[in-house]
Amino acid sequence: MGKAANSTGAGGMFTATSHDRRKARREGIAKWTFFCACLLLIVPVLAILGYIFFEAWPVLSWEYIWENPRNNSREGGIWAPLIGTFYLVLVSLVIVAPVGILAGVYLNEYAPENWLTRSINMAVTSLAGVPSIVHGLFGAAAFVFAAGLGESLLAASLTIAVMTLPVIITATREALNAVPMAFREACWNMGATRWQTIRTIVLPNSVSGMLTGVILEVARAAGETAPILLTGAIIFTPGVPDTAPDKFFPYYLGDQFMALSMHLHAVSTQIAGIDKEMQFGTAAVLILLILFINSFSAVLRSYLRARKKW
Amino acid sequence: MLLDRTEPLIHALIFFCGWSAIFCVTAIFVFIFKEAAPIVPRLDWGTFFFSLDWNPVPGGEEPAYGALGLLVGTFSVTILGMLIAVPIGLSAAVYISEFAGPKIKESFKIIIELLAAIPSIVWGFIGLVVLSPIIQKLPGVYVGTNLLNGAIIIAFMAVPLIVSISEDALRAVPDSYREGAMALGARKWEIVYRVLFPAAKNGLLAACMLGVGRAVGETMAVLLATGNANNIPHALTDPVKTMTATIASEFGDAEFGGDHYRVLFVIGVLLFIITCAINVTSDIIVKGIRKKHG
Repeated sequence: MGKAANSTGAGGMFTATSHDRRKARREGIAKWTFFCACLLLIVPVLAILGYIFFEAWPVLSWEYIWENPRNNSREGGIWAPLIGTFYLVLVSLVIVAPVGILAGVYLNEYAPENWLTRSINMAVTSLAGVPSIVHGLFGAAAFVFAAGLGESLLAASLTIAVMTLPVIITATREALNAVPMAFREACWNMGATRWQTIRTIVLPNSVSGMLTGVILEVARAAGETAPILLTGAIIFTPGVPDTAPDKFFPYYLGDQFMALSMHLHAVSTQIAGIDKEMQFGTAAVLILLILFINSFSAVLRSYLRARKKW
Repeated sequence: MLLDRTEPLIHALIFFCGWSAIFCVTAIFVFIFKEAAPIVPRLDWGTFFFSLDWNPVPGGEEPAYGALGLLVGTFSVTILGMLIAVPIGLSAAVYISEFAGPKIKESFKIIIELLAAIPSIVWGFIGLVVLSPIIQKLPGVYVGTNLLNGAIIIAFMAVPLIVSISEDALRAVPDSYREGAMALGARKWEIVYRVLFPAAKNGLLAACMLGVGRAVGETMAVLLATGNANNIPHALTDPVKTMTATIASEFGDAEFGGDHYRVLFVIGVLLFIITCAINVTSDIIVKGIRKKHG
């Protein structure tokens, strides 16, 4: 919309009546109220985040990240939960990325306009709206008990994979949808089959969008607590090695594991007499991790958008 | 050519994956119903919906499964949270979409996107460690983790969602509406409440519904922030216990296949049905808008 409607009340042909002035005043009040609503939202949160980092500052160091928790998490660092989160994200990504991307390909490139496609779309929407704790219940019933995986890294990763499936599907679909139809038509006219067109034209031209989806999945998976609480994450694992090569591979797929989000839950509610700095430190690292992943995705998106040729 | 022979295989794989969402939703539905089912005929539903007596692990006596306190807890946190979140969210969306200049608009959108990315356990931590001591300083408050605390946290979690969906809804209103109103001498504020609100009301409604859906299903934040006391709140500062927090805190202690375990699944089924209904309805509303405006 343009910048119009300044003419009323501002001299020239018109003279301001009291009615105009009242309107102008009301306009000003409305604008400031809306602006204050934005501030009310943004300022407290930035202040709280600042406060968390301020309180966490004394413990934040490379040792804090590199060392394992000791003495039931009261001392030491956060290496074991951090690497646990890494493996959780990695395994869930390996499971969900191919399925989600192919599902997005199906919905955008193959699916006909009919009731079946509509119900798949509705399923994606409902899946995205299922509460995380219900995903946890499902994971416990299906993977932990019915599939006999027990409370384990694999069961938790599968649960997270199901939970984040709609994130990947939606992002992939949007990315594929942004590829102009003319690209496909040109390729078909060269005699390429449907899959050849997708593989050589559509997918390479939508990599950026799909990457965004994958990164969002990573952020989501790293932050979730409720599903893994029920499917395999635990408060403390004593057995994580302290020395360099082994400490990168602390968990098998069948092991219970520590995760950063679960660790924050544990240090803030489960462990008596823990230092405040340890709590704030964990929170700060988790927030930094999530914000880093998200800003990485945002930067990538704008970089690739700027490079786009159409 | 090699590709010609593999192509049907790849197509089959793509079709199979295309169905994955339906497959997952059905599996969730089947598994949580299957786990809840054995107790359905035995459960005293009168007690479940109308009794406050939630005592799943009693010492010696009969366990009691009165979930009224949990239902009231969930709905009170949701309603109070929405009373805070909806005005702030709608106002912020209006400011960003109609009043803000391009630079402020971009930076506000980025910050709100960051807000949306903060995990629920961090919000719970904020409620427990930052907000709770502040609330405790209010007169007559005996515990800082309570209904008010949970509602504020829920509001902050729901606002980014409400802002982004409402902003989409406002943007979907054609510019010709705004220009028409301007030509009649309306100012921006008048355009907002006389033209945009009526034109975008379905989208705004959907935004609020999605906010409700998120609030009902939120787990870790309310687990840490609401105090987890099973009662009917009489004041804003009474602690409450929600359905989601009950599952999260008690599932670990419930014996596999026992009554307690199954009742927790019954609560899960209720949550599943409520949130599915909310999400599908608001999705239909949003899709309807898109069709109308092309």
